[in-house]
Amino acid sequence: MKGMIGKKVGMTQIFDENGDVIPVTVIQAGPCYVTQIRTAEKDGYLAVQIGFGETKPQRLTKGQLGHLQRNNLPALRHLREFRVRSGEVDVAEGETIKADVFVKGERVDVIGVSKGRGYQGGIKRHHFNRQPKTHGASDRTRAPGSAGANTYPGRTIKGKRYPGHMGSERVTIENLEVVVVDADKNLLAVRGSIPGANGGIVMIKPARVRRG
Amino acid sequence: MNELMASLVAPDRDHPEIQAGDTVKVHVRIVEGDRERIQVFQGVVIRLRGGGNEKNFTVRRIASHGIGVERTFLLKSPRVEKIEVLRRAKVRRAQLYYLRDLRGKAARLKEKRR
Repeated sequence: MKGMIGKKVGMTQIFDENGDVIPVTVIQAGPCYVTQIRTAEKDGYLAVQIGFGETKPQRLTKGQLGHLQRNNLPALRHLREFRVRSGEVDVAEGETIKADVFVKGERVDVIGVSKGRGYQGGIKRHHFNRQPKTHGASDRTRAPGSAGANTYPGRTIKGKRYPGHMGSERVTIENLEVVVVDADKNLLAVRGSIPGANGGIVMIKPARVRRG
Repeated sequence: MNELMASLVAPDRDHPEIQAGDTVKVHVRIVEGDRERIQVFQGVVIRLRGGGNEKNFTVRRIASHGIGVERTFLLKSPRVEKIEVLRRAKVRRAQLYYLRDLRGKAARLKEKRR
């Protein structure tokens, strides 16, 4: 099992050995604690539940505290589950996971919640094209256009892209290169951008598919 | 800046302090395939901007036929081998963009008195 919960700190750039600039996102990764092992017998599926983000005990409910105190863990704000296959459970409840589970050069997937954009039109939300601003068009430059055909089929097809709420959804960015690992500082830096605003909570997993 | 982010900032190189208006020689390492050479770019620093690893400065020089060439260097880049300050000028702005509109004699800067 390999996985962590972290907090997006922000983006910066660093120099590699050749002097090339690498854009990186800094993640405060861990310390994470194994809070529970989900088993097939008891829970019907296999997963490792991990907690991150120490907080004051009075911020949690007694139920949440009790769950953590079974393994003598501190009060943790965020819990996430990482699904595993049988035989992949190499951690025990109560163990600590530090950033050094990942190594430099490894590829990871980062899962987070994208920035909320509110109610947005088709142009921003689905990359629709704008209509002409001139040639008699007065008030329709950003309108979505037609929603369908004629008497046949006589309805709008399902899944037609419309204006609506954009962002604030779970997004996975795959195959990001780990550039810096510092377990003492709980620091992880990956090449490129990750979802969400600074301060957002993200999950880091080994890359599902390696590309490039 | 967050302390995690600050820990990734490259250490200061031992370049001299530079300011807008300085005439400098910048020695840049250029890698062509497996060959490496040093190129020197000499001109007037017209601005300093950014912070941390992104701190950079722009040097303007007049190339042949009076064509102005500006090049921006990252101050912390290992490719910037050496910076030499040849002359310091008295300027009243942090960004000397006005030099772009001036040619020849008008584009001279008064040397700083020490």
